Amino acid sequence: MRDMAAPGDVHSADYLIEARDVVYDFGETPALRGANLSIREGEILAVMGPSGSGKSTLLHCLAAILVPKHGGIYLSGQRVDTLDENERSALRRDTFGFVFQFGQLVPELTAEENVALPLLLAGLRRDDALRRAREWFERLGIDGLERRRSGELSGGQAQRVALARGLVAHPKVLFADEPTGSLDSLTGELVMELVVTAARQDGTTVVLVTHEPRVAAYAGREVIVRDGLVNSLVHDALAP
Amino acid sequence: MSVPFALLGLLEREPSHGYDLKRDYDSYFGRSKPLPFGQVYATLGRLSRDGKVSPGEIEPGDGPDRKRFAITEAGKQEFETWLREPVEPEPHLQTVLFEKVLLALMLGRSAEQYLDTQRAAHLRRMRELTELKRQDSLIDALLADHGLFHLEADLRWMDMTAARLPSLASMVAT
Ligand SMILES: Nc1ncnc2c1ncn2[C@@H]1O[C@H](COP(=O)(O)OP(=O)(O)OP(=O)(O)O)[C@@H](O)[C@H]1O
Ligand SMILES: [Mg+2]
Repeated sequence: MRDMAAPGDVHSADYLIEARDVVYDFGETPALRGANLSIREGEILAVMGPSGSGKSTLLHCLAAILVPKHGGIYLSGQRVDTLDENERSALRRDTFGFVFQFGQLVPELTAEENVALPLLLAGLRRDDALRRAREWFERLGIDGLERRRSGELSGGQAQRVALARGLVAHPKVLFADEPTGSLDSLTGELVMELVVTAARQDGTTVVLVTHEPRVAAYAGREVIVRDGLVNSLVHDALAP
Repeated sequence: MSVPFALLGLLEREPSHGYDLKRDYDSYFGRSKPLPFGQVYATLGRLSRDGKVSPGEIEPGDGPDRKRFAITEAGKQEFETWLREPVEPEPHLQTVLFEKVLLALMLGRSAEQYLDTQRAAHLRRMRELTELKRQDSLIDALLADHGLFHLEADLRWMDMTAARLPSLASMVAT
């Protein structure tokens, strides 16, 4: 089957990110059961699949947030899941952007402060960070909400603030978990348009979890997670 | 698209020659399937016979396109009624997909693999339509959207069907 690299036999420098034979469980609950996935630099990949199949867990393993129980995660051929917590956190800060599925904004901070966070963490001066953060609000159709506490935003507004935060530092890889989940169709389209434009301009690699085919259609390729395994949709033949 | 009603609608906007009607029809409704001239005149002929449009005076000059058609009161009413009526919801593609799934199960083939192959084909088409939509014609974008939502509906049906394959298989087996 294509795109299912067997562990150990791939020139992993061909890929920006690889998951090899990744196993993860939450105590009794298996979430990933030997997942393989190879992602090329600059690619926009949609990860689809039923609820509870392991999509978010896979994303968190790829993004060095969770450490697999077995198998490995490779970034440009270098193993990253064996790095210590400090190194992984530096990697996340410097290389990755995130849009999480749930509860991701700091409710006490204003919307613009939330967006500026990755820049502040990278050491930018506060007013520079806030100025760059503000540029995103109009593009995402949420201008006027810059100073609102993020706890006082609607679901769809908060989601766009989160997307701005994910993109503001021009990460090498953007991980987005259902970034259009609480948006109406037109706003979802606006958001995807922005993701694709940003990705094509900066060469950002995007890993996008979505259950909406119209959102997945912005990606160049899709995989399906089923029962903790990654499947590509293209089978060799319609064999009995 | 219903050609007679589209022409009536365009005529309700303003009286027009056949040529203008064809041009407007093609640019709004006939982007993938332009209307042949013959069909424009045949349709106008029928509408005119039924009193929905009137041909107006024959204008001086040569060529076939010397009549300016206008919509009549009866035409306006008929158009209005048509416009208010919902279209019969039509589950078109679903029947073929359904046949394939059921036959695959009956014949011991992998319905799951068929569904994956179909999903991939649907998503490929959706990617093309999305790319088309990202260029700037609003009309193309609206048409692409319609295609996209329909393909998405098919995909949702495939997901449901995939989830029900075990029950469906045991039903087919008995
Ligand atoms: N923090 C947790 N504690 C215990 N079990 C968990 C936790 N997070 C996820 N799981 C379990 O792991 C499995 C995979 O979950 P995951 O969140 O990766 O699914 P998903 O594909 O993202 O689903 P959804 O589409 O609903 O977001 C599920 O069975 C889920 O119940
Ligand atoms: Mg999830």
